Amino acid sequence: MMTVLQTNPDDALAARQSHLKRLEAESIHILREVAAEFRHPVMLYSIGKDSSVLLHLLQKAFYPAPPPIPLLHVDTTWKFREMIAFRDRRAAEVGAKLIVHINQEGVHQGVGPFTHGATVHTDIMKTQALKQALDAHGFDAAIGGARRDEEKSRAKERVFSFRTAQHRWDPKRQRPELWNLYNGRIAKGESVRVFPLSNWTELDIWLYIYREAIEVPSLYFAAPRPVVERDGMLLMVDDERLPLKPGEQPEMRKVRFRTLGCYPLTGAIESEADDLPKVIQEMLIARTSERQGRAIDHDPSASMEKKKQEGYF
Amino acid sequence: MGREPNLSVDEYLARHESKDLLRFITCGSVDDGKSTLLGRLLYDTKLLFDDQLAALEGDSRRHGTQNGELDFALLVDGLSAEREQGITIDVAYRFFTTERRKFIVADCPGHEQYTRNMATGASTADLAVVLIDARKGVLTQTRRHTYIAALLGIRHVLLAVNKMDLVGYDEATFRAIETEYAALAAGMGIPQVSAIPVSALRGENISARATAMPWFDGPSLLEHLETVVIQPPARTLGFRLPVQWVCRPDQNFRGYAGPVVAGSIAPGDEVVVLPGGARSRVARIVTADGDRTQAVVGDAVTLTLEDERDISRGDVIAAAGDPPQVADQFAAHLLWMDEAALLPGRGYWLKIGTRTVGAQVTEIKHKVDVNTQEELAAKRLELNEVGYCNLSLDQPVAFEPYAACRELGAFILIDRQTNATVGAGTLDFALRRADNIHWQHLDIDRAARARLKGQSPACLWFTGLSGSGKSTVANLVEKRLFALGRHTYLLDGDNVRHGLNRDLGFTDEDRVENIRRVAEVAKLMVDAGLIVLVSFISPFREERRMARELFAPGEFHEVFVDTPLAVCEARDVKGLYAKARAGGIRNFTGIDSPYEAPEAPEVHLHGGDQAPEQLAERVIRELLGEH
Repeated sequence: MMTVLQTNPDDALAARQSHLKRLEAESIHILREVAAEFRHPVMLYSIGKDSSVLLHLLQKAFYPAPPPIPLLHVDTTWKFREMIAFRDRRAAEVGAKLIVHINQEGVHQGVGPFTHGATVHTDIMKTQALKQALDAHGFDAAIGGARRDEEKSRAKERVFSFRTAQHRWDPKRQRPELWNLYNGRIAKGESVRVFPLSNWTELDIWLYIYREAIEVPSLYFAAPRPVVERDGMLLMVDDERLPLKPGEQPEMRKVRFRTLGCYPLTGAIESEADDLPKVIQEMLIARTSERQGRAIDHDPSASMEKKKQEGYF
Repeated sequence: MGREPNLSVDEYLARHESKDLLRFITCGSVDDGKSTLLGRLLYDTKLLFDDQLAALEGDSRRHGTQNGELDFALLVDGLSAEREQGITIDVAYRFFTTERRKFIVADCPGHEQYTRNMATGASTADLAVVLIDARKGVLTQTRRHTYIAALLGIRHVLLAVNKMDLVGYDEATFRAIETEYAALAAGMGIPQVSAIPVSALRGENISARATAMPWFDGPSLLEHLETVVIQPPARTLGFRLPVQWVCRPDQNFRGYAGPVVAGSIAPGDEVVVLPGGARSRVARIVTADGDRTQAVVGDAVTLTLEDERDISRGDVIAAAGDPPQVADQFAAHLLWMDEAALLPGRGYWLKIGTRTVGAQVTEIKHKVDVNTQEELAAKRLELNEVGYCNLSLDQPVAFEPYAACRELGAFILIDRQTNATVGAGTLDFALRRADNIHWQHLDIDRAARARLKGQSPACLWFTGLSGSGKSTVANLVEKRLFALGRHTYLLDGDNVRHGLNRDLGFTDEDRVENIRRVAEVAKLMVDAGLIVLVSFISPFREERRMARELFAPGEFHEVFVDTPLAVCEARDVKGLYAKARAGGIRNFTGIDSPYEAPEAPEVHLHGGDQAPEQLAERVIRELLGEH
């Protein structure tokens, strides 16, 4: 493990603890509370950088025991191909149980982002699929990698975020959450979404990945990739399912991704940052927030809040 | 300010890592401009991205209150209901960094009905930025927010007197508010207040010093936040680690995982495990990055001990030479956060550290009016009220006074039916009473007494509406038992209210106490070997649960005499329904006070359908066949 920074174990004050160590300890505390207070917890593994950090923390929290919490990936069938390969390899390396769920009903109906639009696709293949998976396995806690700095409604969310038996979030009636005393008590059928990375920022995530040498998919690093420009977004032609509009011609450009989702809904940015230090350098001068690359957030105002109420992570 | 493109990543990381963190809240009255101030801070420290700015411009045109100019409040009010109503409902967390420090700011709602959300934000804060509108001065809300902040242990307040532009940047206005507030804060135990005149809208004294107020020579708000020194608690405690999780990957490893919340520890140090009291020495401090030679406050580690000890989640591993106290009775401040009032005697779950135990408030010494800080007598706590209470736990716990250690002095109360987080409190000190009253060991025990009587003692708890036929059925059951040679006693609600409970009325809190006393008496009688029949309306599930939990499994039998209200009212044997309908009796169960039907009674009798003799026969048959 790469250690760039010398930590001084004699520092007796928390205030002197390094920033990332403090965040790490807080997240580990949250993960252990989940393992202790729930019967069937699960970790949502979405393959991106935040999930990679979560997986790393999951290993650390329970060391030397293997992670007592299985991983769940909700596969929309429109992820970048590289993500799927990465997922299977990492889960095997970590020795964690991996559950993959696909909304077969949606597949049967041929739901996809091009035929049905981003909103319907996300709802059926992601939100509804997630609810199916949680119900089918009876999970009472689902750990996710969302951060409060991502988006305005996320900035309001608790670390332990209560969901009704219908998976609904009621932002106007959240349980109070004082100190680090998380309330894990729920009735049968109800569940809690848990966000151990609540207090991390995007920059913290990248610096932690650097400091701990955590592996992430290479899509985050700039490389020549076939893309088309559409509605101001650079879309990668990841497979033959991307229907080209008249006049569109895929061209090779050096691009990378700031977030990873469904490839037709995730915009690339042109970049020269082909390794981790360069990505972090680029972060420091970035002028757009990472969610800008997500088509689903550009719906009318408060779209994330609405999706979350309906059960989206 | 957050972006320093010329540094190498290693240099940047080193700087990033060495910055300390200040967590603060912003609070103030409605329309004091809290969200505007915070939005301005983010804007001035260049922490807004281009797309966020673009979205802000659009939102400002749609919902803004600044005639289409940038409305910074829209940056932080993240819920659609908040933007529509122009108010803050729940706390929002924002992150920013300067050259000197990192900040997590919790923007707190100002309305009284959202006090619990403000408390959520304040519980993890080191400092409070309290906003005051210069035109309005100190308001009720100012007092409330300051009180809640003080209650949760915030010792530093930055008083931002806002909208100075609207009072012509007048120094006398500012000084008068500063003086009034300093006296108020001192009275609440906040030692350090710094006052700054600002205009959030114009950016005066926010990140840069004001040009419009040459008479003020103090630092800007941001400068103050960057430099204020937060003192740790005066007394440093010995090592404390609440056990979260026992790590047992195989037969050869048994580790205790948890956060270090006080002190430090090294292999070889002697520790004591509380509340049990077992002692051992630390063998290893295990982490995924390798074993450590020391663990300090803030670390998340796993300890192994030299000896095998019975340790589980909720225990506290502490320095043997300087352990925390252990107690089950406390004096505590309690903030009530639920629409259903706190009733003394009612059972709740209490979570402290990593331990969850049953608890009840035994007495409210006084409540504090959060707006005036006046101490008032109280028999219950309503939503958003604060009380100074005596607290009784089912089991002893290791603790510290909140002022010395938040992690072992803070607790939450959880409703046992809804599972909602209904209260938050801070432990003050242990009550000595509990230590001095020991359970007297007696040679003749309940088993011996039961053997002599040749019966299995039990409690039959009849519940139902007034006029449902509880007492009639209970009376018949007792007669049958008596005829069978059983030793019985019947506790009847009306009869007990003539004696033991003559001091109690019919309010919710008195009903709770009524049931508590009767349940305790029934328990003593069961202990004496009797079959006790209790015939009480006992309208609340929570109290029947409390009664049930006093008994051993299988000893308590809930008999629900389920007679429809209309039938009971038609019977009206005592004429009480008529009086209640006429308004002559208040809090009458079924009329203007609720009856919570049992969810899973041992016996469910349908009182309207069968004769009392048949119902009594069913009770005997179903419950006492084995006697």
